[in-house]
Amino acid sequence: MFNRFCQYAALCGGALLLCCSLSARADEVQDANKLFKQGQYDQAMAKVDSFLAGKPKDAQARFLKGLILTEQGKTGDAIHIFTSLTEDYPELPEPYNNLAVLYAGQGQYDKARVALEMAIRTHPSYATAHENLGDIYAKMASQAYDRALQLDRSNTSTKTKLALIKELFSSDHSRAGTHNVATGTVNVAKPQPAAETPAAPVVTPVAVAAAPVVEPVPAKPVAAPAPAPAKPVAAEPAPAKVAAAKPAATNSADVLKSVHDWAAAWSAKNVKKYLSFYAPDFDTPGNESRSAWEAVRHDRLSKPKYIHVKISDASVKFTDDTHATVTFRQEYRASHLSSSASKTLLMVKSGGKWLILKEHAKD
Amino acid sequence: MRRASFALLSAALFSQTVLAGDLNVMPDESRKMEALLAKSMLAVANSHLDLALNDVDSLLKINPNFKLAQLVKGDLLLARSKPLTSFGDAPDAPQSRVADFRDEARVRLQRYQEQQPISLEPRYLWKMNASQHYAIVVDTSKSTLYLYQNVNGEPRYVADYYITSGKKGAAKVSEGDQKTPIGVYFVKSSLPKRELADLYGDGAYPLSYPNEWDRRFGRNGHGIWLHGTPSNTYSRPPRASNGCVVLANDDLLDVGKIIQVGITPVIITDNMHWSDAQDKSDRAALLQSLEQWRKDWASRDTDAYLRHYAPDFASGKTRFASWAQQKKLVNAHKSWIKVNLSDISVFAYPDQPNLAVVDFEQDYDSNNLSNRMKKRQYWIKHGDRWQIIYEGAA
Repeated sequence: MFNRFCQYAALCGGALLLCCSLSARADEVQDANKLFKQGQYDQAMAKVDSFLAGKPKDAQARFLKGLILTEQGKTGDAIHIFTSLTEDYPELPEPYNNLAVLYAGQGQYDKARVALEMAIRTHPSYATAHENLGDIYAKMASQAYDRALQLDRSNTSTKTKLALIKELFSSDHSRAGTHNVATGTVNVAKPQPAAETPAAPVVTPVAVAAAPVVEPVPAKPVAAPAPAPAKPVAAEPAPAKVAAAKPAATNSADVLKSVHDWAAAWSAKNVKKYLSFYAPDFDTPGNESRSAWEAVRHDRLSKPKYIHVKISDASVKFTDDTHATVTFRQEYRASHLSSSASKTLLMVKSGGKWLILKEHAKD
Repeated sequence: MRRASFALLSAALFSQTVLAGDLNVMPDESRKMEALLAKSMLAVANSHLDLALNDVDSLLKINPNFKLAQLVKGDLLLARSKPLTSFGDAPDAPQSRVADFRDEARVRLQRYQEQQPISLEPRYLWKMNASQHYAIVVDTSKSTLYLYQNVNGEPRYVADYYITSGKKGAAKVSEGDQKTPIGVYFVKSSLPKRELADLYGDGAYPLSYPNEWDRRFGRNGHGIWLHGTPSNTYSRPPRASNGCVVLANDDLLDVGKIIQVGITPVIITDNMHWSDAQDKSDRAALLQSLEQWRKDWASRDTDAYLRHYAPDFASGKTRFASWAQQKKLVNAHKSWIKVNLSDISVFAYPDQPNLAVVDFEQDYDSNNLSNRMKKRQYWIKHGDRWQIIYEGAA
C-alpha cells in the first residue's frame, strides 16, 4: 500500500517544482530540479544550497532540498527540512504530507497520522492526505492486529522505507498531467486552500496517481496485504483470503510429514536423525546450550529399551510461508515411562525442510 | 462504569463489617479494564470510534499484553480506512485465533453487561467455619471466578474475575480429557512463580481433585490448579486450558492474598445456582441431622447411630455392612462416649442437589479411647432424610 503513498509524495514534489519554472528568477532551482531528476543529487544539492544562501526562506528550494535529502537516505535531515517548512508555511499541505511519508517509512505511524491530520486541517478537501491517512490507519490497524496475533513481521518496515525511496523518483517523470495541483501551492505568500480551487483539478491528479499503483503491488510479498487495491472497497477481502489459504493447504502435508518423520526417528531411537529435525536456532528449554540440550536428548533417547511416540489430532497453522505452528496430542510410551501431552511445535521451513524452532508441552 | 461503581459500593459496605483481617483486596483494576474494553467493543458496533480508541489506548498503556484489546484497537483503526466486514477484521489472521478472541470478547461483554451479583449468595456455601475467611466459587459457563468473604458464617460477595477453563468444557472424568472438574475442592498447596514454568504465570494453587466423590466414581487425572497466565499475554481464551482454572496474573495475585492453603474451599460448577428458600430449609435439616448423629453416637445406641448411614455408604473399601459390624464391636466396650463437633463447614455439591460435603473438628472421648481429628462426611438426601454416604479423615 505504500507504493501509492510514495507516488503521492513524488507527485507533490514534482508538482511544486514544475511551478518553479513559471517563476522568472528561479532558474537556479529549476536547474537543481533537473539535476535531481537525473539522479545527480550532489550537484543538485550544491545548486540548491547556493540558491538558499541568498534566499534562505524560499519554500520551493527548501522543498527540493528535502526531496534530495530523502533520496540520499538522510531521512532525519529531510524530516528536519519538511518540519521547518510546516512551521514557516503551515498553510501548505505538501510538506506535511511528505513528512508523513517519511515518518511512515520509519514506522512512526502516530507522527505520520498527526502530520496528515494537519495537512487536512489546512486543506480539508486535500484528497491525497485523506487517502494517505486511510493507509496510515490501515497500517496502524495491522500493527495492532500483529500484536494481538503475535505475528512477527519485524522486517517489513525497512522494506517499506526502501520502496518509498525508489518509487519517489522513478514515478516522477511521468507526472506531466499533475500540474493542476500546483496552482494551489505556488502562491506561497497568500496560499489558496485547495477547497477554493475548482473541484475538478483536485480530483484528477489523485485518479491519475491511483491508477499505476495497482501494478507494483503484486510484486511485494508481505507489505501489501488485502487492502492494496485502492478504489473498490466492498468485496475485496474475500479473494485475498482465498489466496492466502491456498498455499497453506498445500504445505500443511509437508509440515505434517516432517512431524511424523520426527516422531518416527524418536521411536526408532535414532538420535542423529531425531536431532536433524531441530533448526540450528532451536530455542532450547531453559535456554541451555545446544550441546547440553543435545546431550540430554541423546541420553533420553538411548536409555529406554523401547520408545513409541504416537501423534494424533495434529493441526497446522501458518504464520507465513515459512513459519508454521503444529499442535497435536503426543502419546509417549517407553520402557520406563508413559505420558500423554498436548504439544506445540513452532516450525520453520529451511532449505526445503520443515524444522523445529520451538517445542513445548502444555498444562 | 455501572459495574465498577458497584464494586466500589461493595467495598464501602465491607469496610464497615470486616471481621477477618487482610481485606485490602479490591480488584477494581481488572474490572475497570474489562469495562473499558467492553465499551470500546460496543463503540465499534456503534461507530463511535474516537472515544473508543482513547479508551483502548489507555487500557493498553496499563497492559500492552492484552491481546484482545489490541485486536479491538486494530478494528477501531481499520474502520477509518475501510468498512469492517467482521469482528477482528485482520486481513490474514488465522481463523481459529480470531474465533478464540471472539469467544473472549463475547464472555467479557456478557460479564460487563450482566449486573454483578452483590446481593445474591451462591447455593453452595451453606456454612463456612470461622477459620475460612474466604470461599471461591467458579462458574465455567460464565468464565468467572467469584470471591466471597465469610461474614459470621455467611458469604458476602467481594469480587469476580474472568477465567479460562478446560478446552473441552467441564465435568472432568479422566486424565487427559482436557475438562475442568465439577465439585467441592480445597486449595492443597501454593507454588511460587520461581518453581513454575512460564505457562503457569505468577503462581499456582493445586486443588484437591480428585476428591472422595470423584474417586467413588473412578474419576482420575491430577494437576488441576488455579494458576496465572504466561508472560506474553494478559489473558487466554475462555476455553483453552487442559482443565485448570486460569486467571490473569494480577488477578491471581489478588486472589492469592486471601487463599489459605488447606482451608479455602474452591467450588466449581458449570451452572451457577443461587440460594433460595428450599436451600435454606435443606441446610437446616442437614445441620439438625448432623447434631442428631452426634447425639446418637454419644448415647451408645448403635442402631440409632447406624440409621444415619445410607445403605450405599462407603469409606474407601469399607461398605455399610462391615462398617456397622465394626461400630457395634467397638461400642460394646464403651461405658461412656462424649463427642463434640466444632469448626463445622457445609458445602452443597454443585450439579448434585442432594449432596453436601461436611467438615468438622471431632473431639471424641470415651472410657477407653480419646482422639481429636478433622473429619469429612458426604451427606446425601434420600427422600427427605439426610444420610451419610462417605466418612473419613479430612
